[in-house]
Amino acid sequence: MTDSNKTPSGNGTGNGKDYKWVGTRAVRPDGVDKVTGRAKFGADLHLPNMLVGKVLRSPHAHAHIRSIDTSAAEALSGVKAVITRDDFSDQPKGAVQPAGEMTINYRDMVRNVMAREKALYEGHAIAAVAAVDARIAAKALSLIKVDFEVLPHVIDPVAAMESGAPIIQEDLMTEGMEQSPGAMTNIAKRVEFGHGDVAVGFAEADVVIEREFTTQPVHQAYIEPHACVASMTEDGQGELWLSTQGHYVARGHCATLLGLDVSKLRVQASEIGGGFGGKTVVYLEPLALALSRKACQPVKMAMTREEVFRATGPTSGAHLWVKVGATNDGRITAADAVLKYQAGAFPGSPVAQGAQCAFAPYELNHVRTIGYDILVNRAKVAAYRAPGAPIAEYATESVMDEIAGVIGMDPLEFRLKNAPKQGSQSSYGPKFPVIGCIETLEAARDHDHYQSPLKAGQGRGVATGYWFNIGGQTSATLNLSEDGSVALVLGTVDVGGTRASLSMMAAEELGIDLDKVRPMIGDTSALGYNMLTGGSRVTFAGGIAVVGAAQDLIGTLKDRAAKFWDIPVDDVEWAEGEARATNGYTDNMQPLSLQEIAKDMAKTGGPIVGAHSINAQGAGPSFGTHVVDVDVDRETGRVWVTRYTVVQDAGKAIHPSYVEGQYQGGAVQGIGWALNEEYIYDDKGRLENAGFLDYRVPVCSDVPMIDTVIVEVANPTHPYGVRGVGETPIVPPMAAISNALANALGIRFTDLPMSPPRVLAAIKAANGDATTAS
Amino acid sequence: MAKYHITTRINGDDVEFLCAPEQTLLDVLRDDLRLTGSKEGCASGDCGACSVTIDGRLVCSCLVLAAEVGGQEIETIEGMADGDRLHPLQQKFLDFAALQCGVCTPGFLIAAKALLDRNSNPSETEVRYWLAGNLCRCTGYDKIVRAVLDTAADMRD
Amino acid sequence: MRYEAPQTVDQAISLLAGTHGNPRVLAGGTDLLVQLRAGFIDPELIVDIKQIDETTAITAEDGGFRVGAAVSGARLKEHDTLSLLWPGVVEAADLIGSTQIQGRASMGGNLCNASPAADTVPALIAAGATCALAGPGGRREVPVEEICTGPGQTILTDGEFVVSILLPARGSRSGDAYLRFIPRTEMDIAVVGVGVSLSLGADGQCSAARVAVGAVAPTALLVPAAAEALVGGVVDDAAIDAMAAAVRAVCRPIDDKRGTVAYRIEVAGVLAGRVCRIALERAGST
Repeated sequence: MTDSNKTPSGNGTGNGKDYKWVGTRAVRPDGVDKVTGRAKFGADLHLPNMLVGKVLRSPHAHAHIRSIDTSAAEALSGVKAVITRDDFSDQPKGAVQPAGEMTINYRDMVRNVMAREKALYEGHAIAAVAAVDARIAAKALSLIKVDFEVLPHVIDPVAAMESGAPIIQEDLMTEGMEQSPGAMTNIAKRVEFGHGDVAVGFAEADVVIEREFTTQPVHQAYIEPHACVASMTEDGQGELWLSTQGHYVARGHCATLLGLDVSKLRVQASEIGGGFGGKTVVYLEPLALALSRKACQPVKMAMTREEVFRATGPTSGAHLWVKVGATNDGRITAADAVLKYQAGAFPGSPVAQGAQCAFAPYELNHVRTIGYDILVNRAKVAAYRAPGAPIAEYATESVMDEIAGVIGMDPLEFRLKNAPKQGSQSSYGPKFPVIGCIETLEAARDHDHYQSPLKAGQGRGVATGYWFNIGGQTSATLNLSEDGSVALVLGTVDVGGTRASLSMMAAEELGIDLDKVRPMIGDTSALGYNMLTGGSRVTFAGGIAVVGAAQDLIGTLKDRAAKFWDIPVDDVEWAEGEARATNGYTDNMQPLSLQEIAKDMAKTGGPIVGAHSINAQGAGPSFGTHVVDVDVDRETGRVWVTRYTVVQDAGKAIHPSYVEGQYQGGAVQGIGWALNEEYIYDDKGRLENAGFLDYRVPVCSDVPMIDTVIVEVANPTHPYGVRGVGETPIVPPMAAISNALANALGIRFTDLPMSPPRVLAAIKAANGDATTAS
Repeated sequence: MAKYHITTRINGDDVEFLCAPEQTLLDVLRDDLRLTGSKEGCASGDCGACSVTIDGRLVCSCLVLAAEVGGQEIETIEGMADGDRLHPLQQKFLDFAALQCGVCTPGFLIAAKALLDRNSNPSETEVRYWLAGNLCRCTGYDKIVRAVLDTAADMRD
Repeated sequence: MRYEAPQTVDQAISLLAGTHGNPRVLAGGTDLLVQLRAGFIDPELIVDIKQIDETTAITAEDGGFRVGAAVSGARLKEHDTLSLLWPGVVEAADLIGSTQIQGRASMGGNLCNASPAADTVPALIAAGATCALAGPGGRREVPVEEICTGPGQTILTDGEFVVSILLPARGSRSGDAYLRFIPRTEMDIAVVGVGVSLSLGADGQCSAARVAVGAVAPTALLVPAAAEALVGGVVDDAAIDAMAAAVRAVCRPIDDKRGTVAYRIEVAGVLAGRVCRIALERAGST
């Protein structure tokens, strides 16, 4: 399927041709820096006269902050600045704005980066210091006296919805409710999506299955902790270096929180050591800037791993209810779900996205999803790879599998029978554009993995996942150098190979060798605005911007050639890296290469630059289907993933290796989510496993090779047919593994993670042995 | 507070440094010697991003006191290439796209080299268990394991 | 904090005994540095024992091996004759952490850290290993099972430290094994660990056995009743089941982030059976 290359119908000149670069496995341009240790990540910058900043964090899950006494810390030799809530102005109510796949409320953000009235979760920042070294900074933190009044806390989303639950935000009003709750609440929002009438649909069903599920918070667990270096000068200008998915977005957040003109802050993105959505918001950066503003010295801050787990966004844990009806011949008649997601201490769980995606892989006449966004005493959630979708689709794809089993249908045939296609009304409203749901299902069904026999005791599961993908504001510039090589300036942070994929499209468009394109991520002063790297948008939206910049550059190059030849520009074409005269001029004029035009650009009008800025629309949604085999140690409950295949529609794989890498990485994150990853709290609401020892991400020996199939159903809104690929791969694994376990054991699991104690308890219970509980 | 004067060898060069007793080798490499290729991912020996070898032995530099390394031979990622020639593992990681964000890559390369220095023909299982102390959150390990196995095959030829 | 690296046992003793403020011994450091960084401990003095010959050597002694307290897991595994003699002990040491941790972590450190879940401790107890302790009052040799008295607690007196561990000689037709359960394949702390060492007589009956279990009580436990279930008969399924039941009977674990009471007790028995079969097979093949 990798080469089932359907013709993209975009604007690129590469359209319909055999590509020289697009679709190849070129070595990434930033590769050597990354295999030699040169690449500079967030904590790798050292500036002269630099201070070290550290944060004092709440030991309590919920507490009033009566007072903070920083006098002893400030008096300590070597301490240059101390900040608390008093160093940040409050933000107005209702200052909400969209940011990537999430929304930002600055009144909440100012409280999240530094607690004001209350500490709302364990690890909530209370104060920060900057000192000449780490030892003195740590000593200073120990000298800060905070008077807390500890309050009752709540972590579980269902408990948080009950009347009498501890109230996280006293002034919270529920959005989306028809009636005011009449009392203080932790329910931040109610959303509803769907069409038809589920009651009518269930009446048509031969089989109805209704199940409840729970999931636990899981962390993005990028290997690089958050880190930044901030430098403010006496005149109020600032520079910020940070590990982020979006330096323009970070600039806006920091400028707002510090009351600066946005353009006074120049922000440079370091190399980023993983983000997965978790580096789309700011934590340390406003603190580092505020400390630097006080000290007038650069301040470096880096989180410990423990701080990352306690104080940065995991995604929601959830309680989920799903009900699906179908006829005996495999037609789904109705689908209904209620999703309750933890938001953390501030509104903004990805429940709306979960509710929208929950039944997206199906064409349905009667569908409804209701979602609740619920405050609890836990760090505010941040985006995590297809935010919201994996949680919802874990539950819905489990029920789909079960209902297929009850009516005796192959689970992929069941999905095929109900699959959406172009023009189908999605479960959340809009009609689908060109999509590849059916193609991925067919490719999974026909794959050797799905056709091969299982060993005794093993089980096989499948699940399909959906994610929207997004476009957004993007700028790119191509600066032609005097030797004909090109500097490609991008404003989208490269988290996993997009400098390669975007350079490849530039080289393809310009008709030049890839090594003549040198990409770099510019700072916030180098380009117009760029939305952050998220929503699987960079190869899609960045690709459109780069192709546009290349077309702009080519337009100028043709102008210069026309001027050189003194012919109308309409009689110049650009092909294979050179300007060619057409319409009868051909015989008299040798083509002009990019190098030749570049060499003489001073004579023909000066520097040549191609630029393009867009707000990209029409991101092609993507579907993926995963097939997984598991083995179970029936005496210990240990689950082994023995074989795994990811089938997903990429639209067009610009760099197939990095597309495969997204599929493989998403699958393995999903294996962790399914089997072992979870936040474990004690009875005081303190996280008990804030480290890689007990927050168990998969290690190399836990997983098999991950087979991949790249399906290519071109996205017509992109010049090369690209769809985002980064997020969909984490949607199916939890249900696929749960379905495989059901196949192996005849037991339906409804709680994540399916950790050994839980699996063993279920096996014992199924065998009628009640002596062992989980 | 008294500092300790340490004389050691790093990537083949004699190096002297002063360190506080609580400083780790990783602290000194990164903050004092500015060899920032070794990364701090956890500071507890659970992620392997700070992997170096000491006298040929693979260790987490976050779990070694800087004061301990006097007279020893330390190899870091900065010393892996030979002049302008990448080590075969480095080249293979590029060819196989065995990295995405790249923050774990120095640790994986140091660990993989330590494996191949001992075992020129490791099985997939041996590679996976040897590298179990190096966390990668991006790749799902597939391309890393393939790159190590393929490098071993190349180096045997 | 100060750092010292004495060259002799006596120098180490005088440093440890002469310092107030909870001096700590540094062997591999894989627990100590984590505790330092987390602020759990703030010692006045760190005494690195890796410059001392006795703590870093593996030497043959009376048909067995004396292993310096600071010998790393990696060096232990590379010692072929020791690995043949006590494969279960070497496996247990090899299970501690990653390859990187193996490059540093020692049995002496694993023992003195006194975690109930330490991997080598049940294997060492099953093997009948003893420790050489040295302190201001002189030297003493103590069975491994007597060292730990509770989580983080040992019998070591002020200024005293573990110099070496003696793995004794063993007769023919003997075998040992250690298994632990963890949720992943690597990098976890044992939820349960079981060590078994047994010997077979000429008649094929079990002539001697020692069984120890970890992570199910404040310290690793020697389980005499489990050994009694094996000794004096053929080690068949019934004997192994009885042995496993005896192991379960002594478990008094806690619920924590790594496992539940019920799960630990159940899996302790499962592992005991599996470990016993491996030890039996090894005994039969020697």
